[in-house]
Amino acid sequence: MSSVLSVNGLAKRYGEREALRAVSFDVDPGELVAIVGPNGAGKTTLLSILAGVQHASAGTVTGPGAGRAAGWAPQQPAVYAKLSVAENLKLFARLEGVANPEAAVERMLEQTGLRERADERVERLSGGNRQRVNVALGLIADPKVLVLDEPTSALDPPQRERVWEFVGALARGGTAVLFSTHHLGEVSRHATRAIVLADGELLFEGPPAELIAANSAGEQDFESAFVAFLKARGH
Amino acid sequence: MRWLLGKDLLILRRSRLLVGVLVVYPIAIALLIGLAISRSPGKPKVAIVDETPPGQTIRVGSEHVQVSQYADQLFSQVQPVHVSSRARAIAEIKSGEVLAAVVIPRDIATRIASGVSQGSIEVLYNGNALEQSLVQSQLSSALAQANLGFSEQIQRAAAQAIGVLLTGGNLGVLGAPSNMIGLGQIPPELRGIIAREPPGSDRKELERINAFAEFAAQNLGLSKNVLSTIGQPIQVKSTLVQGRRTPLNTFAVVAAVSVSLMFVCVLLAAGGVALEREEHTLARLARGAVGNRSPTDRNPTHPALISREGLLAEKLLLAAGCAFVLALAMLAGIGAFVSLDWTRIGLWLIALAFGAAAFGALGIAIGALAREVRAASLLAFLLSLPLAFGALVPSGSVSRGLYDAIGAISFAFPFKAALQALDAAVNGASPGIGVSVAHLLGLTLVFGALARVGLRRLE
Repeated sequence: MSSVLSVNGLAKRYGEREALRAVSFDVDPGELVAIVGPNGAGKTTLLSILAGVQHASAGTVTGPGAGRAAGWAPQQPAVYAKLSVAENLKLFARLEGVANPEAAVERMLEQTGLRERADERVERLSGGNRQRVNVALGLIADPKVLVLDEPTSALDPPQRERVWEFVGALARGGTAVLFSTHHLGEVSRHATRAIVLADGELLFEGPPAELIAANSAGEQDFESAFVAFLKARGH
Repeated sequence: MRWLLGKDLLILRRSRLLVGVLVVYPIAIALLIGLAISRSPGKPKVAIVDETPPGQTIRVGSEHVQVSQYADQLFSQVQPVHVSSRARAIAEIKSGEVLAAVVIPRDIATRIASGVSQGSIEVLYNGNALEQSLVQSQLSSALAQANLGFSEQIQRAAAQAIGVLLTGGNLGVLGAPSNMIGLGQIPPELRGIIAREPPGSDRKELERINAFAEFAAQNLGLSKNVLSTIGQPIQVKSTLVQGRRTPLNTFAVVAAVSVSLMFVCVLLAAGGVALEREEHTLARLARGAVGNRSPTDRNPTHPALISREGLLAEKLLLAAGCAFVLALAMLAGIGAFVSLDWTRIGLWLIALAFGAAAFGALGIAIGALAREVRAASLLAFLLSLPLAFGALVPSGSVSRGLYDAIGAISFAFPFKAALQALDAAVNGASPGIGVSVAHLLGLTLVFGALARVGLRRLE
């Protein structure tokens, strides 16, 4: 299976500070890749570069899902609050040059379960529904790769569950999804692969179960294994 | 770009309060500025205590000048409130009914007629420093006008008496001979007598007297001109060195429209750009294949939804378009009340278009640098108001250094150039519209570039 995204030697510097150091990995279609790490690890920087929001200082991002070709949902919903759900979707469908914007809007309303809220202005939606619109905008052009920066950070458990059902369905449909999260339970439950970053360095890349097996002392949860893993490496 | 433009217009339509403020606020400011510029300062309310007996006159030769004429001159310069006594006048000042009082004393006629002392009046003030300054300034001007008018009356009476002395007649002064000979009539009479007189010492004496009479008559004739010169020693002849003479009311229209153009344009442009960042949509719109450093790996089928330059141009276009329409409507509306030359409408459109573009560029620069709507709006207000007032400061009203500093700041921002362009377009004032339009174009490019720098980071 050929990769939809190939990251090679990616680095980012802000003056003297190195936010990313020679990060390399590939992503295949249908993969759910979790980017985890402590605060300041470089997760958002990495996802921003993958989505084409920031320049890398060195390295390359290649593949059919690289840069602007990737769907992107930032941590803070990037939606127009004064427009309705349908108007937001239609606007971005047109800007993306989607052949049939109306059909794309219908598809996204269906997929996100927002049909009943289609005509409601985004400013009146709950945080969870805003996040769903945010993700829907990232998917409107049917991208091969979807980049989600902490998609569930502001959501309550039922809302988080709805988002994961939606994202899981996307992955099963062949879309590669990269996401960052602080809810580490979500990693073992939903991700097919985890990438652990600390101080801009890639420390681990593999299935969550592998990290748990290598670092747990009896417990079988990802969070304990993750903390033990970082501690063992001086973080 | 058209989809974004449509989106912004839809958002504007749904932000009724914002649109209302954007329309009403600049119009209110514009009206206030227009009124402040076009209306002359109101006449101060001044209590007048006229202690002179009714009908009292000052006698100059055979002429009598009414003392009340002085009061009449003063009344025309102020809003007079007649009071009976000095004490009453002081009470009126203390109560705030009047800003000042003028007491014309009973002996003013006697003192003026004496020829050895000046007449004097008393002026009483009250109020805070600002009021005192205003009243003193206005009252000094009013008193100067009254003095000038009154001295002209006296001068005319004196000139009439000199005329009788020169040409002869009845001077009307107690003790003066009736039907007396005029000084100017003596030389021809004397020349007849001298011709009949045989040569000798008497004839020589008469010739000396004749020479003096001729000299005296000529110089007394000149004294009328001297009196006129003393009455108004310097006449003012106005010559406009630069700029077409623009009527104050049409300049007020131009200033008011320029202020509206600036406010709407700067606020809309600044708010529009800042809103994209605040709603995090800027990155969604303008992100591109920037993570890819290898030119061969760039994916040309996925350019940014809109380039940063395109996004800035869209915001500039939206703000400039809205402000242009509002300003043109204002100009047309005010044109119903103030006489404007409609044959110059082509020039109006050019001036408004370039002015709107420059203000729009300033707005997008503010929006790009401020990063959030509230900060952008505040910055736009903080910049716009002093720019407008600074550009209206006339030379000579402040120190040279301060005026030069204000001039340099005004040059670096679009308000003064827009004002000059519109003044040239509406009133044909100088500098010509070409100079101002070129200035505005330069500022548009500079602020556009600044906005692009401000938008370097998408988040």
